[in-house]
Amino acid sequence: MDKNLEQLKIAGEHMKLEIESRSHNEEFARVVIAVFMARLDPTIEEIEDVKTAVSEAVTNAVIHGYGGGEGTIYIEARTFQQELTLSVRDKGIGIEDVEKAMEPLYTSVPGGERSGMGFSFMEAFMDSIEVISKPGEGTTIHMKKTMGQPPFR
Amino acid sequence: MGMQFEELGYEVVGHTLVVYLPRELDHHSSLSLKQDTEQIMDETYINKIIFDFTNTSFMDSSGIGAVLGRYKRISTVGGRIGVYGVSPRVDRLLRLAGMYKIITMYETKEQALKA
Repeated sequence: MDKNLEQLKIAGEHMKLEIESRSHNEEFARVVIAVFMARLDPTIEEIEDVKTAVSEAVTNAVIHGYGGGEGTIYIEARTFQQELTLSVRDKGIGIEDVEKAMEPLYTSVPGGERSGMGFSFMEAFMDSIEVISKPGEGTTIHMKKTMGQPPFR
Repeated sequence: MGMQFEELGYEVVGHTLVVYLPRELDHHSSLSLKQDTEQIMDETYINKIIFDFTNTSFMDSSGIGAVLGRYKRISTVGGRIGVYGVSPRVDRLLRLAGMYKIITMYETKEQALKA
């Protein structure tokens, strides 16, 4: 790694992304984050873990937050040394009972098409996750992951 | 973007439906997967679904949901679900979601069809 990049890694970098709430943007968001985090020299597994977590958070905003309708999803990411910090925010309907929403297999969507594993996957693949939500005011999901740790099994 | 739909394919062999899954199996690609399989199962009697994961490098919980949705329907006729071509990554996600309680993993398409 060149000296300039090494200094940036120590100082940290920051990015913001605003996307429309549409299902095809789920892939767009996770690919952007994968490219952004590449500067932390992550393993392939770490990239896949973060891509899955971003996909879950953005999908939550598309399906739950905005209910498949129009809206904007705000994504922010920061690197500091070996740590990646992420947030995915929507201004949708919010979550009434965050604890319940995070239970494995819980889904607010009827029809049997949702596995209810979204938050479980975010928890499994990131070091930490915090969900801040208020009905009518939207949802923000904060996540962190430090690269170079033994992988989750 | 949008390439993923070209990779989603279907084949009916007797009463078995083989679903060739796309490179990225997420909420977006699962939408057409649901529509297509429902239509095929409305038109043809299907009692086994085999998912080919050979080309799938990315999957999230929406992919799990897509398999679960098909399981819910096929289990009403006593049908079964099999998978093959599973990468270590996809295997990890399927295990984490407890999917092997309801689906069977095979090494090849031939094995999955014979079983």
